[in-house]
Amino acid sequence: MQGSFPNEEQTAPSVILTGGHLRFAGKEVFQDLNLTLAAAKWSCLLGPSGVGKTSLLRQLAGLRAEDGEMEGTVAAGDGAPLPERIAYMAQQDLLLPWATVLENVLIGRKLRGEPIRPQDRDRAMAGLADVGVAEEASALPATLSGGMRQRVALARTLFEDRPVILMDEPFSSLDAITRRRLQDLSVRLLAGRTVLLVTHDPMEALRVGDDILLLKGSPARIQPPLRPTGSAPRQEDRDGLWPLYAELLKQLGAAA
Amino acid sequence: MRAIRLSITFAGLLALWQLIVTVTAAPAYMLPAPLDVAIAMVERPALLLQHAWVTFAEILLGLLFGTILGIVSALVIALYRPAKRWLLPVLVISQALPVFALAPLLVLWLGYGMPSKIAMAVLIIYFPVTAAFYDGLRRTEAGWLDLARTMGATRGAMLRHIRIPAALPAFGSGLRVGAAIAPIGAVVGEWVGSSAGLGYLMLHANARMQIDFMFAALALLACFGLALYFTVDFGLRRLTYWQREQSPFDD
Repeated sequence: MQGSFPNEEQTAPSVILTGGHLRFAGKEVFQDLNLTLAAAKWSCLLGPSGVGKTSLLRQLAGLRAEDGEMEGTVAAGDGAPLPERIAYMAQQDLLLPWATVLENVLIGRKLRGEPIRPQDRDRAMAGLADVGVAEEASALPATLSGGMRQRVALARTLFEDRPVILMDEPFSSLDAITRRRLQDLSVRLLAGRTVLLVTHDPMEALRVGDDILLLKGSPARIQPPLRPTGSAPRQEDRDGLWPLYAELLKQLGAAA
Repeated sequence: MRAIRLSITFAGLLALWQLIVTVTAAPAYMLPAPLDVAIAMVERPALLLQHAWVTFAEILLGLLFGTILGIVSALVIALYRPAKRWLLPVLVISQALPVFALAPLLVLWLGYGMPSKIAMAVLIIYFPVTAAFYDGLRRTEAGWLDLARTMGATRGAMLRHIRIPAALPAFGSGLRVGAAIAPIGAVVGEWVGSSAGLGYLMLHANARMQIDFMFAALALLACFGLALYFTVDFGLRRLTYWQREQSPFDD
């Protein structure tokens, strides 16, 4: 599946939010927020808890706010409709416990009322092989470890084959080693797509991000993007990430 | 192993029964000994079975219709906002009325035959099934629905592939309760007015002081109730195959 995207007809668009506004419990969490996700790049959104990161991602995904009220306009840089070009990955793997791993990967087609053809099955299996869980295709999610479940979620996202990927802390519940492997895998498999990764972990942002965005303050504002050099996935010592890490921690600490 | 355990429990209960009879020296017209009941059961098997069929059919049909009605009601209430506002109070009121008090009315309206007993069983089963299934439909994991929305899911597909399967364990709890209480509806209906069934047989045996025969009918009813419950439980386990058994002893 690597390199199968973007294909000739479809290139990943940039995503632009204008006039983003979130009110929660009578308080402005952010207002008049403008945000651009660069086309075919990884943008990572960092910020202290409660600053509205998840709400912002939900707004981009076209989902309702979990609490509070949201306003704003979301559009694709190429002017074409955006909603059917978005795939969403959450902190929980959101695998359906009654469906096998393979059925979970195929669930998008079922939910859209599309038939499941042999070539869909083949593509789903190829995706599972890419993330390294092909042998578990007929297992139920409950039998898998957290890392494997998140791999299946990644395969499901790949199967949807959308040019824009919105990820809300998808690796945060994994142990450090598993998390690194999944970061590397995602960078490789999602290359060429426009990705937004919301994360709590500055090092994760530095390892995988092209643009690192900091959301902080009250009401919150987006700081000018930080752009680490070198290509992702970066290594902590080789790519000189530690000074940037310290800087980001300082900024986040100052924001808390 | 399970069968052995069940047999031991059963034998223990029989022994306790016999012990009470022996110790209290209760006359047979008050509390017959287990052996007397067994003899009564094999003496007139045709009569017992003939009436047992009637009751079993009432229970099964009541469970079937009650479950279907409960499923449909829960779906309607969960899916249509106005239905929730108007039907939910009706559902609660239907439970505030003691169903037993309705038995004479049902017999008056539906006659001495099976329909009034089936209606009783339906009324008794309806509430637990509806309430449990509705509750399950309401508590779908929000993340699954979010994911489905971003995938462009249709409302019907979300219901079929996510909300209904997610509600099945809750539905199962309701149906188990329903299966356990369904016999009550049928038998109460028979007591109020009937010309056939185990309840009818028990009433008559009681009036003629054939207490051993009454116990025989009761034992048959208990066996059927147990068989029904375990069958339903088995079916539900198969239906919710992904649910892992958890026991408080695992903590």
